[in-house]
Amino acid sequence: MTITPAAGLQPAERAVRLLGADLTETALRRHLEGLSGVDAVGLEQRAAGLATRSIKTSSKAWALDTIIRTCDLTTLEGADTPGKVRSLVAKAVTPDASDPTTPSVAAVCVYGDMVPYAVEALGSRHGDPEKGLVSVAAVATAFPSGRASLAIKLADTREAVAAGADEIDMVIDRGAFLAGSYGLVFDQIVAVKEACRRADGTYAHLKVILETGELVTYDNVRRASWLAILAGADFIKTSTGKVSPAATLPVTLLMLEVIRDWHRLTGEKVGMKPAGGIRASKDAVRYLVTVAETVGEEWLTPHLWRFGASSLVNDVLLQRQKMRTGHYSGPDYVTVD
Amino acid sequence: MAFLEYAPAPESASILNLKAQYGLFIDGEFVDGGGEVFDTISPATEQVIARIAQADAHDVDRAVAAARRAYETVWSRMSGSDRGKYLFRIARLVQERARELAVAESLDNGKPIRETRDVDVPLVAAWFFYYAGWADKLEYAGVGPNPRALGVAAQVIPWNFPLLMLAWKIAPALAAGNTVVIKPAETTSLTAMLFAEILQQADLPKGVVNIVTGPGATGQALVTHDDVNKVAFTGSTNVGRMIARQVAGTQKRLTLELGGKAANIVFDDAAMDQAVEGIVNGIFFNQGHVCCAGSRLLVQENVHDEVVERLKQRLSTLRLGDPLDKNTDIGAINSAAQLERIRTLSDTGEGEGAERWTADCRIPDKGFWFAPTIFTKVSAAHTIAREEIFGPVLSVLTFRTPAEAIAKANNTPYGLSAGIWTEKGSRMLALVDQLKAGVVWANTFNRFDPASPFGGYKESGYGREGGRHGLAAYLEASGWDAPAGLGSASAPAALVTAPAATKPAAKPAKKSTRKGTAK
Repeated sequence: MTITPAAGLQPAERAVRLLGADLTETALRRHLEGLSGVDAVGLEQRAAGLATRSIKTSSKAWALDTIIRTCDLTTLEGADTPGKVRSLVAKAVTPDASDPTTPSVAAVCVYGDMVPYAVEALGSRHGDPEKGLVSVAAVATAFPSGRASLAIKLADTREAVAAGADEIDMVIDRGAFLAGSYGLVFDQIVAVKEACRRADGTYAHLKVILETGELVTYDNVRRASWLAILAGADFIKTSTGKVSPAATLPVTLLMLEVIRDWHRLTGEKVGMKPAGGIRASKDAVRYLVTVAETVGEEWLTPHLWRFGASSLVNDVLLQRQKMRTGHYSGPDYVTVD
Repeated sequence: MAFLEYAPAPESASILNLKAQYGLFIDGEFVDGGGEVFDTISPATEQVIARIAQADAHDVDRAVAAARRAYETVWSRMSGSDRGKYLFRIARLVQERARELAVAESLDNGKPIRETRDVDVPLVAAWFFYYAGWADKLEYAGVGPNPRALGVAAQVIPWNFPLLMLAWKIAPALAAGNTVVIKPAETTSLTAMLFAEILQQADLPKGVVNIVTGPGATGQALVTHDDVNKVAFTGSTNVGRMIARQVAGTQKRLTLELGGKAANIVFDDAAMDQAVEGIVNGIFFNQGHVCCAGSRLLVQENVHDEVVERLKQRLSTLRLGDPLDKNTDIGAINSAAQLERIRTLSDTGEGEGAERWTADCRIPDKGFWFAPTIFTKVSAAHTIAREEIFGPVLSVLTFRTPAEAIAKANNTPYGLSAGIWTEKGSRMLALVDQLKAGVVWANTFNRFDPASPFGGYKESGYGREGGRHGLAAYLEASGWDAPAGLGSASAPAALVTAPAATKPAAKPAKKSTRKGTAK
């Protein structure tokens, strides 16, 4: 093997702190390859154990509201229209018109060209979900495949931010990751992060989608999570929802363990977003349990935890109605969108 | 209230239909005992659950006589496939009554319902299903063609897994064609009584299984009885030693499954999060009341601090309390006496200079409880690194090289189990061969399967339970060398009963028994 000069990487702040100012692809590779392995059987066993927690009465009521408060209500279809986005926004602001105590969701998640319609429809309700308002999240960087040039990915991102997106959900280049070009994946995340910068110097929040269904192994998921955090991710996110399997409990647990380790190492809190395939309240509650018992319940806030889902909210609303009235209603007692 | 406190989610005890008092189960009936009736209490509340009869020497006599009668007239003459039908039926009844058994076990033993529901009871059913399949295949058990049952088996079991240990003992004994007199531990007789009801439901011929309850003296009367052919004991090394002395010089066959002080070896290249889970599962599963518990953590010195820190953080999320709450991880200690022993040994550890850390958890006012505890700075010379504590107490030691890990792991009078955590397959395989332990878990711990033999080296006992080896412990070579496939000890009877296999499976006993005795 010949020795080639190590390629320099973008000096992302976190990576520089951890790996030194002279950041190279070799250093990054060594770091990622030196991470502790993941035992798949043990990981899945732990996730299955967490899934047996029995959440009842007052704990369940709190959990159901938290699921709504931390949900990114999503529509990502080729057939999306301004009208569809407006009705999504209405649902986001008032998930259940029959019960005014229902919280609004954290954000609506749409394609970049739909951001202006979402912003307009939200009007005065647009803002920080920690304050009961609703954010606009846009998928960008040639979502969902990520197969486009960097220039196009960055333009995609800038346009969404300029249109008023508060959060950018980017995809990593899975092909590059699987080919071992960790530096390329890293540099692209750093560049997209920079493209999230607004004119006033603030940044749109960056969620980095790993598409774990294409990374396949847990070892890859751990490396990619670590890589995304080093490059500056505010959130790490499992999936686009376009690839199966999307979010699973073991993958989410693993990514939360990385977030916990990062917090232990640096004191910084990185957010987590499982997305795709979570449809039932019962499953969503298991995710909350996993968060609370892995990183701590202070993570169960919209700044650090999101569900990416479209149909989950309605199931939660049915459960909420059941807790209020003592009996189940049916799908016609919640709105389709 | 914080979310993590989780609102109470108790399993309802109303599913139980307990009697106020249980007799001995002899010859298919519940009968009074000659000894004084005693209480069985819930260790979580100290409340009396039921009263249990005490067998005296005369009762043991009756039980052994019933077992002998059943062996001579029914069970040894029945075809293997018919014995198997009874075992399958017992397994299915255990599954049908699983929830009830789980609640009763948690109530009586103090272990969390999460474990009885997800581990104990499913394994009990699995054990009966597994050995049911063996009943007509005994010639493949490894003791030669046409092996023979031993006769009457005297079995004494401990309180840590009351129903599971009963299944470990009874299932292979019956599959091999023996009859049984079994004595549950004094503090945990309840599920054995429910199991007796299941045997009645299954219509098992009377006398095939007899259950005598009582203290150690009852067990002693049983294992020293002249008319038993086989003694099987699970429990402490001291009692095991005593039994070995009493059985010595007799014709009785003996298997002992005794204490342990297992090493759980964690290398620096282990999958760390899963290793921490495995350490927790290794020592805090069932409050550490596990003979194969990973009570000595041997961690490579360069990752010691990291492992201990992660371990403490993980232990802080364990929930101690009501065993019937579905979210409880750590239940009650089984008895006041055991709690006292754990306390004494822990105090000794502190006195000898080890550093004690205890998880911060609320201890209920009533009942017997011990919070999960870790000792660091433990050296091989400390009492807590030598003696079996049998409680939720972990001793952490370090090593520098694989050779040192092996030397320390083997440096114990016990040899029941061990664990290795490394992502390097070659190292794992090399080390497994050098560990003097009956079971070695690799990248997992406390996993049980009926197909896998279990048992110890040195002071952890002798003989194996589970798998083909567990079956062989209840068989002997017959010397009768018939063509393969013609059946077992009762081969001539099996020939006669062969057509029975085509008859409805619902009532195997009556038909096959009659045919069997017509020989």
